[in-house]
Amino acid sequence: MEHHGESQGHHKSYLEGGGIGSWLTTLDHKRIGVMYLAATMLFFAVGGIFALLVRLELLKSGPLFSPDVYNKFFTFHGAIMVFMFIIPIIPAALGNFFLPIMIGAKDVAFPRLNLASYYVFIGGALLAFLAIFFGGVDTGWTFYTPYSIRSATSVILVTMGVFVMGFSSIMTGLNFIVTIHKLRAPGMTFHRMPLFLWAIYATAIIQVLATPVIGITTLLLVMERVLGIGFFDPKLGGDPILFQHFFWFYSHPAVYIMILPGMGIVSEVITVFSRKHIFGYKAIAYSSLAIAFISFLVWGHHMFVSGQSAWANFLFSILTMLVAIPTAIKIFNWTATLYKGSIHLQTPMLYALSFIFLFTIGGLTGLFLAALSVDVSLHDTYFVVAHFHYVMMGGTVMGLLAGLHYWWPKMFGRMYPEIWGKISWAFVFLGFNVTFLPQFWLGKMGMPRRYHDYGPEFATWNMVSSVGSWLIGVGFLMMFIYFLWSLKRGEKASSNPWNGKTLEWQLSSPPTTHNFDHVPTITEGPYQYGVLR
Amino acid sequence: MLPQASTIAPHIDSLYNFIFWISLISFVGVVAAMVYFIIRYHRSRWDPFKTPYITGHSAMETSVSVGLFILVMVIFAWGWKDYKKIVSPPQNSLEISVLGHQWFWEFEYANGKKLTNELVVPKGRPVKLIMSSADVIHSFFVPNFRLKQDLVPGTYTTLWFQATQTGEHPVFCAEYCGTGHSKMLAKVKVVEPTEYARWEKEEKKEKGLNPAEVGKELFTKKGCNVCHTVTGQALIGPSLLGIFGKNEELADGKKIQVDENYLRESLMQPQAKLVKGFPPVMPTFQGTLTDEEVNAVIAYIKSLK
Repeated sequence: MEHHGESQGHHKSYLEGGGIGSWLTTLDHKRIGVMYLAATMLFFAVGGIFALLVRLELLKSGPLFSPDVYNKFFTFHGAIMVFMFIIPIIPAALGNFFLPIMIGAKDVAFPRLNLASYYVFIGGALLAFLAIFFGGVDTGWTFYTPYSIRSATSVILVTMGVFVMGFSSIMTGLNFIVTIHKLRAPGMTFHRMPLFLWAIYATAIIQVLATPVIGITTLLLVMERVLGIGFFDPKLGGDPILFQHFFWFYSHPAVYIMILPGMGIVSEVITVFSRKHIFGYKAIAYSSLAIAFISFLVWGHHMFVSGQSAWANFLFSILTMLVAIPTAIKIFNWTATLYKGSIHLQTPMLYALSFIFLFTIGGLTGLFLAALSVDVSLHDTYFVVAHFHYVMMGGTVMGLLAGLHYWWPKMFGRMYPEIWGKISWAFVFLGFNVTFLPQFWLGKMGMPRRYHDYGPEFATWNMVSSVGSWLIGVGFLMMFIYFLWSLKRGEKASSNPWNGKTLEWQLSSPPTTHNFDHVPTITEGPYQYGVLR
Repeated sequence: MLPQASTIAPHIDSLYNFIFWISLISFVGVVAAMVYFIIRYHRSRWDPFKTPYITGHSAMETSVSVGLFILVMVIFAWGWKDYKKIVSPPQNSLEISVLGHQWFWEFEYANGKKLTNELVVPKGRPVKLIMSSADVIHSFFVPNFRLKQDLVPGTYTTLWFQATQTGEHPVFCAEYCGTGHSKMLAKVKVVEPTEYARWEKEEKKEKGLNPAEVGKELFTKKGCNVCHTVTGQALIGPSLLGIFGKNEELADGKKIQVDENYLRESLMQPQAKLVKGFPPVMPTFQGTLTDEEVNAVIAYIKSLK
């Protein structure tokens, strides 16, 4: 990637200079962000191929792959997407790149820790990938005991990979919290921070507080497998439900680690492409913190039919209902921001609007699952699969793609091709709905999750769903191609192609290594559209 | 659409439909506003020198929050009301043991009849399944009844229903359990009560011992009778006469109602919850009794009235 930064005198763009060695040992938050982006997008492609294989098996009733192979496919799909893609990508790639810039800093608080977190992440990912060569793993990404204790597959490699990657997540979170507290430029008060940073901040708090729990849980699992100490397997005197509590005590907050950064991006993109001040800045900012807080209190809603007490279910159900409120406030405020804005439907905006459309479906279908009696019928069916894909892919991935297109010119100094951006968006958006909308009906009709095969009553909608997955695949293939193409061939980007108001748009595209020549002084909020100057 | 084949199914469907319509209205509202704004304020049509400086509207945000809070609490309360029914089996339920295996279902009746992958029950009578697993976690799921409950090794979970439609209703395993997960299928065969009575009687003649009788044999064979009487007289341990369903005071002062899980725990970890006034001397039967033998001993204790 060679580059000619814009007129910042003799200063070189962060992309220029040094060979591969200088990239691999860089302490520059932008280069580390780009390395994270490359790694997580690669993992996304691998996880996506597994998803296509899962849908291929389910295209028709009757076996294509053996059940054991299929079980490994969906396990790898889930584990890769969750631990190696959707949790790290927005904070570690886009957050790393833009957090310091957006607060007017030259770097994160601990640049060495930042680089260390990258290598820890890669190390953990390689450990987990090693499992592919040692028989794979077939437990599902949830590693439920006692199945995961008894499974003959490489559970240890994958769970230890998760354990190691957890440290990376904690390091990144800690780094971001300290950076936001200590390195804001003069005048950059908390209430002048872009909403993306509020979201990243709330995310970082969850990363630091919740991730140690998955660490210790996977460690206990490995100790049980290796040393035969009975924590979770009743044959050894353990309690399998205890594992579920431990697991979801992390993995539910982790759902918000995944979604909050996406929400942050949407807040940025909606304002810029409406050229209008955000509606309800404080409500959006504090609702991120509220979601982070509530996220710690609702893990038991994954366990309504596990046999936990009715009283526990009572509490978890009522607390889960509360999540609806800060979530709805965000959707309301984003929609209200459009009112009397000047709306420009460029690719980032299309993805941000898709987020609102799809995430609203994801959120509303969550109500069905939070209601105790209805959950008893829908739990562990395709309804749940559809629900969390609408939240994770319809939400987080749409937010990610909005952010990626929005910031691409800033990161690489080149525009992506707009027309291909829109064509690819159409494939992804339509393909997504064709794939996952039918899964709500499948779940309602009673098709359970993680089924290698199904009866004739489920055939039609499964076929539709599988065809949809190909449309998504085509959309992403186009996107990968035009992004890579644009790195060299794309039209050169100006420093502020979208008329953004946040600090990154005051820098050249791509920025110089030290971001700012002079420490900026901030005198106003980040969305001052509609103000005469 | 799926048949509503249990008494609870129409209730669950009503709440489902309620949430569905609420969701649809909210969704259409959001999307309509979005689409209207996009068209009305598209830059090709509306490109003002500056957009209006609107930074929020606290009253609107607050009323959305309060309105939504009330709505989700209604949904919660409705869900809880029906859920309480789902977890409260009537006293006169017909009890059947269910044991999940990789990858089949085993049903055992009080009269000793065992069925695999087919559960025969009478229409119109509450049926309570007392379930456990021989290996990993499974989940007993009958879509036509709208009901589901996990089977957890090492403990008992229960599920009750009252079938309202005769015929065969598919059963799926809903908790991932390995290679044969999607083939771990069964059916609930609902028959008229008279037919069920006939079926039950016929089967009785053919079979040997029922679970309670097996439990009675084990009771002496394993030496339980050395410390426990079945006559109401306390020896080293409490008498087991009428103990099932009784409220016992424990050594630490807590109260507990004796149920299947307490009996199982007392066999596996006898010292965990000692009845007040008795010494902690009972040995564990972990590894000594199979899952089926534990079921039999409990069936015997339940029969001591």
